[in-house]
Amino acid sequence: MNTVARDPVARGRATALVLGVCVLWPLLQIAEFNPAALFAPGNLATLGGFLSTFLPPATEADFLGLLAAATLDTLAIATVGIALAMLIAVPLALLSTRSLSVGRLDGRLRPFSEAVRLFARGLTLVLRGVPELVWALVFVRIFGLGPAAGVAALAITYGGMLAKVYAEILESTDLTPTRALLAAGSGRLGALGYGLLPVASDELVSYTVYRWECAVRASVVMGFVGAGGLGQLMDQSMKMLNGGEACSILIAFLLLVMAADALSAWLRRQVC
Amino acid sequence: MVAQRLPHRGLLISAGVLAAVVAGVWRLDLVAGFAEGAQSLGELLGFLQRFATPDLSQPFLAKVGQGAIETLAISLIGTLLAVVGGVLFALPASGRFGRPAQAAARFCLNLLRSVPELVWATLTVLAAGLGPFAGTLALALHTAGVLGRLYSEALENAPIAPEAALRGAGSGAVAAFLYGTLPAVAPQWVAYGLYRWEMNIRVAAILGFVGAGGLGAQLYYALSLFHEAQAATLIVAMLLLSLAVDAMSGWLRRRLVAA
Repeated sequence: MNTVARDPVARGRATALVLGVCVLWPLLQIAEFNPAALFAPGNLATLGGFLSTFLPPATEADFLGLLAAATLDTLAIATVGIALAMLIAVPLALLSTRSLSVGRLDGRLRPFSEAVRLFARGLTLVLRGVPELVWALVFVRIFGLGPAAGVAALAITYGGMLAKVYAEILESTDLTPTRALLAAGSGRLGALGYGLLPVASDELVSYTVYRWECAVRASVVMGFVGAGGLGQLMDQSMKMLNGGEACSILIAFLLLVMAADALSAWLRRQVC
Repeated sequence: MVAQRLPHRGLLISAGVLAAVVAGVWRLDLVAGFAEGAQSLGELLGFLQRFATPDLSQPFLAKVGQGAIETLAISLIGTLLAVVGGVLFALPASGRFGRPAQAAARFCLNLLRSVPELVWATLTVLAAGLGPFAGTLALALHTAGVLGRLYSEALENAPIAPEAALRGAGSGAVAAFLYGTLPAVAPQWVAYGLYRWEMNIRVAAILGFVGAGGLGAQLYYALSLFHEAQAATLIVAMLLLSLAVDAMSGWLRRRLVAA
């Protein structure tokens, strides 16, 4: 009897480990992974000096006024951005969803409808494929520094995201009433209003509210490229290494995000 | 839940939302803002037109390739660091080392997670200097907060019987965790890590805007200098890179998680 107590998967795991190290090692070099840089005296002094000015947070009256205005701007950018995004998303979703397809009902696919559907899907992919920060940077070139660029960027990216998810929600709900209406000769709009929306509306509203919450965060980040609101203020304070102001802005941001979470949870409870 | 609902809530909420949108448009002076943009509509179209012809010259493509590899490295190393950090925080956050440790770990995780990657990047650029390492750290900090919370939830939901049985049979605490609980949560941990990697490749591509290396640094440069053709190439490269990572992560998920 020659039974060696050996782990049957040991060899595969060892191979995976060696392969992993071989792939990761060059990537570590490319990422300039160097923890020692964190403790270089110059860097430590810069960061330490900056962080030590975080306390106490800035509380001058005129700065707080500026902070409140920027917070309101951020909220407004998120709200208007989502509203415009819905205007973009609803037609795109209706064009790209398969639920309202008559062709799928009788098995004769209409090439024109399929082409429209494909085009709408492609457009959705492009809109949401490019990160909102890139759109914001592009729109800052067009509209100039300020909230208009942020609103436009949010509307485009979130329009694409909402359109995709709306279409998916419309396809994943119970389609029996819609199919029955379409089969009985109802128009597509009637089938949408009386068959599809009554079953899907809760989920649609809930997802939109959730996206609004994400938009609040995103509009802060977009401020860093000059699209107005809290982010722009934070960018300025950080560039001037004004720790007290940066700390106040961070606190305002965290409070805003928490408030947005709470409001969106309350709204979703009201609706669903 | 019904008792909590307002009367006429649909009408009230719709009116509130509409009022908020109108107030937002008024506050941001958007009508004037967009009208200004529309005035320069010809300029806008010309601007977009210059995006239609990406710069495909050989030397520039080589530079983009280098940036793409750098972005890939930032996202992968950042996510791996975050997985390690997430596990280290998740163990106390799931309540294994007592209440005070749990509260402290949860507080740290909340802080790490609430600050967006881009804000972390402005700090890590100060700490580590300009370059991809700062981006890697920024990604790792935010993602560790996200993963730590998900990992601790997975730990709390894992069945306790295997580990308790091993402990009862006289095994040590570490061995009991490794052979009792880890096999139950590992597939979920790996799946969450891969999912965050897919998100992080998109974030890594834009962290360069604040000086943290990768494709984002090149894009920021190209847009600042009005090199629209190069910007278009970079945007396409970002899209392709994130699609490639999606595919790779999907393949890894099927290999590691489903098996």
